[in-house]
Amino acid sequence: MNASIQALEQRHVRRSLVSDRAFVLFIYLATLLFVATVLGLFAMLLLGSWTSIREFGFSFLWTSEWNPITGRFGALPMIYGTVVSSLTALVLAGIVGVFGAAYLADFAPRFISVPLSFLIELLAAVPSVVFGLWGLFVLAPVLRTVVDPFLQAHFGMVPLFSGPIFGSSLFTAGILLAIMIIPTISAISRDVIAAVIPEHREGSLALGVTRWETMWHVLLPGARSGIFGACILALGRAFGETIATTMVIGNKPAIAASLFAPSYTLASVVANEFTEATTDMYLSALIELGLLLFVVSMIVNAAARVLTWTLLRPSKGR
Amino acid sequence: MSSKFFSRRTILGSIVSAVLVGLLGMTVAAPALADTQLTGAGSTFVYPFFSKAFYEYSRKHTDVNVNYQSIGSGGGIQQFIARTVDFGASDVPMNADELKRAGAPVVQIPVALGGEAITYNLPVEIKAGLKLTREALADIYLGKIAKWNDPEIAKLNSQTTLPDLPIVVVHRSDGSGTTFIFTDFLSTVSSEWKEKVGTGKSVQWPAQSSVGGKGNEGVAGQVRQTPGAIGYVELAYVLENHMEQVLLQNVSGKYVACTEATVQAAAATKPDITPRDFSIVDRKGNDTWPIAGYTWAMLYADPTDKVRAKLTQDVLAWTVTEGQAIASSVDYVPLPRNVQASAKKALAQIHL
Amino acid sequence: MRTRDLSSGFGVVISALCAGLAAAILLLILGYVAREGAGALTWTYLSQIPRPVNVPGGGVANGIVGSFIIIGIAALIAVPIGTLAGIYLALYGRSWFAETTRFLADVLSGVPSIAIGLFAYTVFVAPFKHFSAVSASIAFAVLMLPLIIRTAEESISRVPVRIRESALAWGISSYAATIHIVVPAARSGMITGLLLALARVTGETAPLLFTAFGSQFWELNPTNPMAELSLQVFTYAISPYEDWHRQAWAGALLLIIAVFILNVGARFALRTQTRR
Repeated sequence: MNASIQALEQRHVRRSLVSDRAFVLFIYLATLLFVATVLGLFAMLLLGSWTSIREFGFSFLWTSEWNPITGRFGALPMIYGTVVSSLTALVLAGIVGVFGAAYLADFAPRFISVPLSFLIELLAAVPSVVFGLWGLFVLAPVLRTVVDPFLQAHFGMVPLFSGPIFGSSLFTAGILLAIMIIPTISAISRDVIAAVIPEHREGSLALGVTRWETMWHVLLPGARSGIFGACILALGRAFGETIATTMVIGNKPAIAASLFAPSYTLASVVANEFTEATTDMYLSALIELGLLLFVVSMIVNAAARVLTWTLLRPSKGR
Repeated sequence: MSSKFFSRRTILGSIVSAVLVGLLGMTVAAPALADTQLTGAGSTFVYPFFSKAFYEYSRKHTDVNVNYQSIGSGGGIQQFIARTVDFGASDVPMNADELKRAGAPVVQIPVALGGEAITYNLPVEIKAGLKLTREALADIYLGKIAKWNDPEIAKLNSQTTLPDLPIVVVHRSDGSGTTFIFTDFLSTVSSEWKEKVGTGKSVQWPAQSSVGGKGNEGVAGQVRQTPGAIGYVELAYVLENHMEQVLLQNVSGKYVACTEATVQAAAATKPDITPRDFSIVDRKGNDTWPIAGYTWAMLYADPTDKVRAKLTQDVLAWTVTEGQAIASSVDYVPLPRNVQASAKKALAQIHL
Repeated sequence: MRTRDLSSGFGVVISALCAGLAAAILLLILGYVAREGAGALTWTYLSQIPRPVNVPGGGVANGIVGSFIIIGIAALIAVPIGTLAGIYLALYGRSWFAETTRFLADVLSGVPSIAIGLFAYTVFVAPFKHFSAVSASIAFAVLMLPLIIRTAEESISRVPVRIRESALAWGISSYAATIHIVVPAARSGMITGLLLALARVTGETAPLLFTAFGSQFWELNPTNPMAELSLQVFTYAISPYEDWHRQAWAGALLLIIAVFILNVGARFALRTQTRR
């Protein structure tokens, strides 16, 4: 009797050890496959840019010329445009997305939060080209005729809001990008806020803290890492957005102080010129822009991580 | 609780199955697949014409389908060189470097003809049409003429008081054959442009106040939204959207608008175009439109798969002759007869 | 006490306005798309293959089928790999390898989709000299992975540790505890990630140019070039023709409706207990 139960237990333990080991192997392999893919992508970008890198070296990063005829390429205005438009988008979408998520996760009654959540997530489904066309025909005119002049009238002394007003500008692109990344921030933040340990929320309320204060002092800090992660993913999306941006940013490879001036992003150039480029140097320069995006993304992510470690480390409890 | 859970799963499962069954049903109801599917890739400009031409061809020759995708002229040449498609199409013929990379003799023929109109946005109505000389247009795009009431423009349009509005120059931001033809024109009429900027599918635009729009939609949209804007768009676009266009003075001194007739007149002045000498901008003639150009198709002269090559040759031979009859219905300009003949002759050079 | 109430109320109102703003923008865009395209959304449109411009009777049926196939295969690739990687990060996430993976996932989300399409072309199309729907699926899967991995990791690590510990205390193997207890508890967050990822690739066109290539004809074989709805929308949208523009808007409307149904369906079928 004893022997057979033991045998049963032995078999059970052995089987679960095997399945445990296999499981760990599987998840490890999956992760490895993913890492290999990303590194392969990086390698391909590096290989493809090699001709251009050899020709221009680091001057690619601080030259402002983009001339397919003479074969002189420099990415500085595009780096500027990408960073400024994406950061503008992140700031706007971050505020709207996180506050909106707070409302959907906690303050709103279910009959409001469910449909509203669906609607916001639907924004992620709108095709890029549709965003671009809507931006060009609806958003840009509104900004050009109403919003931009208003901002210039009241804040025109700041260089950011000075200068001639075109409909297609860094500002328009920033707002359009913000709209495109709101669902990422909002949907993930909502889930993360709602997942904060209920005891924390209930305890806070029980102490007489108002709902808003609970959100501000308890829930949002508790969800901080998840919200931060959502913002990083959203920022990535803004960096890599190709078609919508190119329709409203004006596509001018020049740096201007004003947000109302036309500009250019790394991804827009690639989207605009890749399918028509024929010379090796031209293609290589375009691929190098893709590589640059990869690198810019790496730098921003690394900086964000450093920020997180210094700010969040003390209170990262789950 | 668990039975509720199962019933939800069952609902999901049955929805998925229903969709799959529906899809299968649609494929069963689909028309019988043709025997051979040829693939072509390249120029986006020629896509609408090709889609109609190949559709008509398939109706006459039910054993052949042509799958043409507009991945861009550059993409078309790349795929042609990589031999992933049966033929390529490009707004600019392959240059020496590309021909070398192809590694084998290539036959290139003109398959479509297009023109570009200059459109503008002014708050005043100009009944007689806004007139510009070629030099004035070049100077506008160079940025040397910055306002609409500049004397250079005003003297051409004395019946109208032009507003004191800055000119916003709109161009294509995406590399395109349309830009190539336009810059080819500007280089021909202005030595300063030729020196400073040059000809290409993508160039560095010198005007201070300039903006790039993606595609014809982008340029037209930009022009429509911006008072004082000027831009170049394909003829099909102008016709389809009934846009205002500039009356441009051609090299013979006449002010013309971009129409099917004027573009064809320009093409007819140079019947013996070749892939090396293919420019038809700024041609002489009373009715010639100065900004016009061809789209080219390319095939290998010594193909490995002779069966597919013969089918491709037949399709393209039809396209450059009988197929041209349908060009007008999609706002394209039919190839002049003499050009059709030389294209057909070039196709016959393929060794089968 | 009064000021606290006021400022708290103010905070709630601002949050409500933000949520409302985002939803309102969606409705604006949806309204615009619907106005431009609803007229062209007919049964013919849904069941016929494309016809040349201004020839009546054309549709996007092959694009609809193609989108299902391409995105379906992409999900089949991305979900297992992404979920398993997310589990790895959540359970064993302290090593330098895990940190590198997280970093790479975040960086990947910033790579333009055309570069990913080029990668898929270089590896899966050029060597075979043949365009295929599968290569597009792979490109899409790569696009989906960052969202899936990060949301999987995030939602699994938010499952309270005591749930996993109590499962293990019952003698269940680690593998079973994770797959059968912890992952289901994290289901809601993971579904959000999957839905966002699916919505993201539904509107993508750039990677398709050099992979799926596109087609005007019926095609079910994933190793052949295939039509795709968003590619069709893009091609029509940038053309000069009013007929094709309307079809483009109709296609965009269709894409949004499809994602909406997917959203509703997934949430409904796999709903977990509410946490409030």
